[in-house]
Amino acid sequence: MCSASSGAELRAHPADGPRAIIDAAVGRPAADHSTHTARGDPIKFLRMKPGHGEVLLAEGDPRVREEEERLVEAFRRQLDEGMWAAVPTTNPGSGRREARMVKSYSDIPPDAERVIFFPRASGG
Amino acid sequence: MLLALLVLALIAIVLAAPIVVRSVVRWRKRRAAGTSSSSQLDLGLYDPGRERRAEQRARELLRSCVNAEEWAMYRDLGFIRVVGRHTRRESDRAREPAYAYLVYPHKPIVAYVPESGQLLTEYCVEFPELAGGEGRGRLPASDDVLAKWMALTSDEDRVIRRANMHLVGRQLDPARLRRDLWRLAEWERRRHRRDEVPHSRP
Repeated sequence: MCSASSGAELRAHPADGPRAIIDAAVGRPAADHSTHTARGDPIKFLRMKPGHGEVLLAEGDPRVREEEERLVEAFRRQLDEGMWAAVPTTNPGSGRREARMVKSYSDIPPDAERVIFFPRASGG
Repeated sequence: MLLALLVLALIAIVLAAPIVVRSVVRWRKRRAAGTSSSSQLDLGLYDPGRERRAEQRARELLRSCVNAEEWAMYRDLGFIRVVGRHTRRESDRAREPAYAYLVYPHKPIVAYVPESGQLLTEYCVEFPELAGGEGRGRLPASDDVLAKWMALTSDEDRVIRRANMHLVGRQLDPARLRRDLWRLAEWERRRHRRDEVPHSRP
């Protein structure tokens, strides 16, 4: 599941362009502006764990390349361990809270504040 | 004379060596066994507050994810109702949902018809931690409810496909379920009345 998504997750970051030149000039870490452009806040990866409640796996700003790579890595590791990932969101039509399942890092909505990993369902 | 003593000492060392080696090995084994048994004892120590703290964290997470009404439902009644997404006709979407689920912690999900209160099916589903180590076991109750809520609201078909389907009554008492539906109806009535009161005042 995860290997199928890795191509999209690790696509080349734009090395040039005016924004990158500005970033380089002011010594800011290079950012990937091709994805998650609307995201302004850091995102948290939480995992449900027996006996613990949720555990913070990773936290970072996806606009910062190093942090995004760390998030991608953490995301992939969780999916490799057989976890499901969901993002709590609000339905824009009804205004009701619901969850959205994400199968690859690039599926995470730009305005998501957290991704919750939980063990996949099986017949009880 | 000195040479003879040296030879005797050498012979004594050679003869004693296996005995000494055997004793050292036995001592090491005993030591290793003692260490592992003490570590087993450490692991077995029960922390009575751990589960409670985990459940407290899980409740906070659940509260931050679900709708205010669903949280109040869980807090007051101990279960959450999740509306089913499938409808036979497009026109039915505006009306009352054709079916809904009752989500209990560590119990099967129950499908029912809200209009008539008819109980349909039990879906036995769990979220077992597959990773090894200390993480094995079951999720705190509120995490289990949140996992079911997330699975149902995001990909209802997938979780229902994975569940074991049974007739109502296999694990949950139908009488208790009917009572819970009655409690839910009463709870909603009281809630609506409370919401209406401020509007009716001049």
